[in-house]
Amino acid sequence: MQAFRYSQPKSIDNAVEANGRQNSKFIAGGTTLVDLMKLNVEKPTALVDVNGLPLDRIEPSSDGGLKIGALVRNSDLAWNSNVKQRYSVLSEALLAGASPQLRNMATTGGNLLQRTRCYYFRDTNYQCNKREPGSGCAAIDGFHRIHAVLGGSEHCIATHPSDMAVAMMALEATVHLRGAQGERSVALNDFYLVPGTTPEKENVLEPGELITYVTLPPLPQGTRSHYLKLRDRASYEFALASAAIVVQVSGGKIQHARVAMGGVGTKPWRSKEAEQALQGREANEHTFRAAAEAALKPAKPLRDNAFKVELAKRAIVRALQVTTQTA
Amino acid sequence: MPKTRDPEPLVDSKEKNSADASNTQPLFGRFSRRSFLTQLGAASLAATTAPLAHAAAATQAPAETTEKTAVPGAVPVTLKINGQTHQIMLEPRVTLLDALRENLQMPGTKKGCDHGQCGACTVHLNGRRVNSCLSFAIMHQNDEITTIEGLAQHGELHPVQAAFIEHDGFQCGYCTSGQIMSGAALLKEPIGKEDVDVREAMSGNICRCGAYNNIVAAVQQVRQSA
Repeated sequence: MQAFRYSQPKSIDNAVEANGRQNSKFIAGGTTLVDLMKLNVEKPTALVDVNGLPLDRIEPSSDGGLKIGALVRNSDLAWNSNVKQRYSVLSEALLAGASPQLRNMATTGGNLLQRTRCYYFRDTNYQCNKREPGSGCAAIDGFHRIHAVLGGSEHCIATHPSDMAVAMMALEATVHLRGAQGERSVALNDFYLVPGTTPEKENVLEPGELITYVTLPPLPQGTRSHYLKLRDRASYEFALASAAIVVQVSGGKIQHARVAMGGVGTKPWRSKEAEQALQGREANEHTFRAAAEAALKPAKPLRDNAFKVELAKRAIVRALQVTTQTA
Repeated sequence: MPKTRDPEPLVDSKEKNSADASNTQPLFGRFSRRSFLTQLGAASLAATTAPLAHAAAATQAPAETTEKTAVPGAVPVTLKINGQTHQIMLEPRVTLLDALRENLQMPGTKKGCDHGQCGACTVHLNGRRVNSCLSFAIMHQNDEITTIEGLAQHGELHPVQAAFIEHDGFQCGYCTSGQIMSGAALLKEPIGKEDVDVREAMSGNICRCGAYNNIVAAVQQVRQSA
């Protein structure tokens, strides 16, 4: 591991200022960053420890939604009574991710910025355009069973690994940022970037910019939500395919539907095609399958990951069944 | 399970003295497997006839501290572990796990994968379980750190430790301290009552011997008797 300078600023302004230097990184839970520093994939020369900042609270927001501090730990967010009752898809997604130990460390802001689990990204012996721009992609011709079927390019097919972010996509979260230029807010849907020709750029964060809060809007009355994660083991494994569903049905018709997927996209993947296929339709098997087909229509599977297309469709159908079945 | 403590000196000699004075007497003399092997190695070839006696003599020799051996970039770090304060010099890139094992001579916390995948390094930070391999020691100067060495209180095993013995919750033992730290922490977590809930809550601790059934039984016995 490369040596680094360490600082622990006590205010957000000082943290942003301290991270203005080149090759400096914020550290919070450290569960992704320390791992990748040990592998020499991440090589910051300075770490700004943000754990002392006052960003660790979950509060009601003025519009009736929820304001989540960037330093709220994944376990605290998952077990928060407000989250469990009103945003169960988020609680379920968090509890499906990582292990209890990691969830006690990992933060809301850090989870959004998790790096991919692509084997070739994590191993410096291989080419990787995300790690070393222009070096090539070893995954496209390599083993790519775990890789993306949506949003890939000829330069990168690495999936985004987060479960939490998928739930937040379906909940239409907003990310609040603080940088040297001041504050700004970005819809989570616009926060992530697909790889295109620049897979090293995964989101719209400017150098030195800090995630301070994530806000969730209130949901329509009677909305139900669910996160379904499919993986190689029963627990403690990244998703091969997952579905986050937020849906409200009245009179047998779907009034409101949000669909997002994990494990299949180069970013947490919201499918507006699926949402359109659900909006205003009868809540039945036929509609669900049509929505799933629409969601995966843009998929470009490769040799080893073609199974994910059908797997993701079934995840969507099953999650829709769970959220719409009458008690 | 005998409670043992390593005789190697702590880096800070002041701390060492207070630690020695306040510690309860180890149940198994001043030996541990590690001190035995370390001293055996140092004794080299000549001591083959009476390694135990030789090692015993060596451990009682005055403590040679490794203090102030200048590591470039090391800074003073204060850690509160098992109720005792330790002041040591550490480079910022030393993980909490390495600080415990290599700098503070507390090898009860194990290094398995060193990447947050196996759970062998599980310790408690302010009562919550975490992977000590994925955090830098310098980040925990205000935290209460509890390791397996500090789980037993007043010479009494923690109920999870006792239940692991009763149910044979291990085979080779390498993952055991992490399993026990995890099991002890989950007693305070809002998880369900069933075996399947314990399996899920213990999934961050891998046991390659496959002692899972007995581990679940041990944890469940403690939860049901609580």
